[in-house]
Amino acid sequence: MAHAHESNTKRIWYVFGLLSVITIVEVAFGIFKPESLHLTSFLGTSPLNWIFIILTIVKAYYIMWAFMHLEGEKSSFRWSIVGPLVFLILYLCFIVLIEGNYVYEVFNTGHMKWIF
Amino acid sequence: MGATVISHEDALDGGPGPLGATYGKMMMWFFILSDALTFSGFLAAYGFSRFKFIETWPIADEVFNHFPFMHGVDAPMYYVALMTFILIFSSVTMVLAVDAGHHMKKAKVAFYMFLTIIGGFIFLGSQAWEWKNFIKGEYGAVETRGGSILQFVNASGERVALADFAKVLHEERVQHTPDKGVWFMGESALPSYSVAEVVEGFKANPDVLVRTEFIKDKQKVVLTREESLKRLEDVVYVVEGANMYRNEYGSKLFANFFFFITGFHGFHVFSGVLLNVIVFFNVLLGTYEKRKSYEMVEKVGLYWHFVDLVWVFVFTFFYLV
Repeated sequence: MAHAHESNTKRIWYVFGLLSVITIVEVAFGIFKPESLHLTSFLGTSPLNWIFIILTIVKAYYIMWAFMHLEGEKSSFRWSIVGPLVFLILYLCFIVLIEGNYVYEVFNTGHMKWIF
Repeated sequence: MGATVISHEDALDGGPGPLGATYGKMMMWFFILSDALTFSGFLAAYGFSRFKFIETWPIADEVFNHFPFMHGVDAPMYYVALMTFILIFSSVTMVLAVDAGHHMKKAKVAFYMFLTIIGGFIFLGSQAWEWKNFIKGEYGAVETRGGSILQFVNASGERVALADFAKVLHEERVQHTPDKGVWFMGESALPSYSVAEVVEGFKANPDVLVRTEFIKDKQKVVLTREESLKRLEDVVYVVEGANMYRNEYGSKLFANFFFFITGFHGFHVFSGVLLNVIVFFNVLLGTYEKRKSYEMVEKVGLYWHFVDLVWVFVFTFFYLV
């Protein structure tokens, strides 16, 4: 392997601490649900949900870069994995969630009752 | 082959190729890539259904609010947070095992692998407990002719279990089994109360109200007493807990997605534990010591971290958002 074999234990414990703190913050937000973040809407969903999603992506970044050691791989290798993932997932979510919202509109404004 | 134009023949012998990773590690990564896309397909499907039924979707922290040894206490999210910690921690021990492998420290690798396996088993046990609570249910609900779930609350909005108000009517109704019929027929187990018992009990308890599936200002709408009584005329089923057909939490798809996504993830954890056990014994036998490389620990480690990575997303989209 090209990358150095020095011990990474310090970095590992640092990342563990970071992931724990992020999880605690997420759970605290999830339990207390501050009204200004929970009941308002920003870009289609509440700011609270955006915070959850961003924190999740931060966690995913640290797991993939530090634990799965992508930071030590060649950048061509790293991006041949992360690139398709990011693009395809964003694309899938875009298509599928917009469609879901459209079906909701159809149910909501149509003449047929679907739940009563 | 003879005189071929391949100038980097060493790139094809399993050693580091043009991407700087060995063949095995690279294939593990591309397997993970495809598996990650499978999981994102599932989670996107969950998102689709949720957007489709955005007004009636169950609120997760009302469903998952159990904690071991704290019966009847409303503890939303604590348990899944604990499960997340267990999995993250087992990821840490895994990466420590990989790190020790780089230094060829056999005993340390074995010790950390062992901790990882224990963490995997604890997580699987926790998930089983979570499923048990989900399947058993807590309060019970009724379903109307039109497929809508009605739950019961008291005047201050707290959930009321069917057992708290249903009347016992001494009705003769036994479960129909194949051995009692003239034709081969059967039915699933009967709920603890019949529709009539729930409705009569509701009439006798003036402080119980019906709570619908509909969400307004992030809260489920509670009906008045008159509306509740009118609504109960349509009831056809008593629902306790969850199965693949209906569940007491609300939308039918909610339970289906819960079983499917957490089940598929749990299956991945289970296979991860199996792979870890195999590699653990190989470490003990000295296989990698002879091979002068602990790369197999690294490959299995990649898979194990991936399982953790998926859980991070399941945690967000099932329990938080």
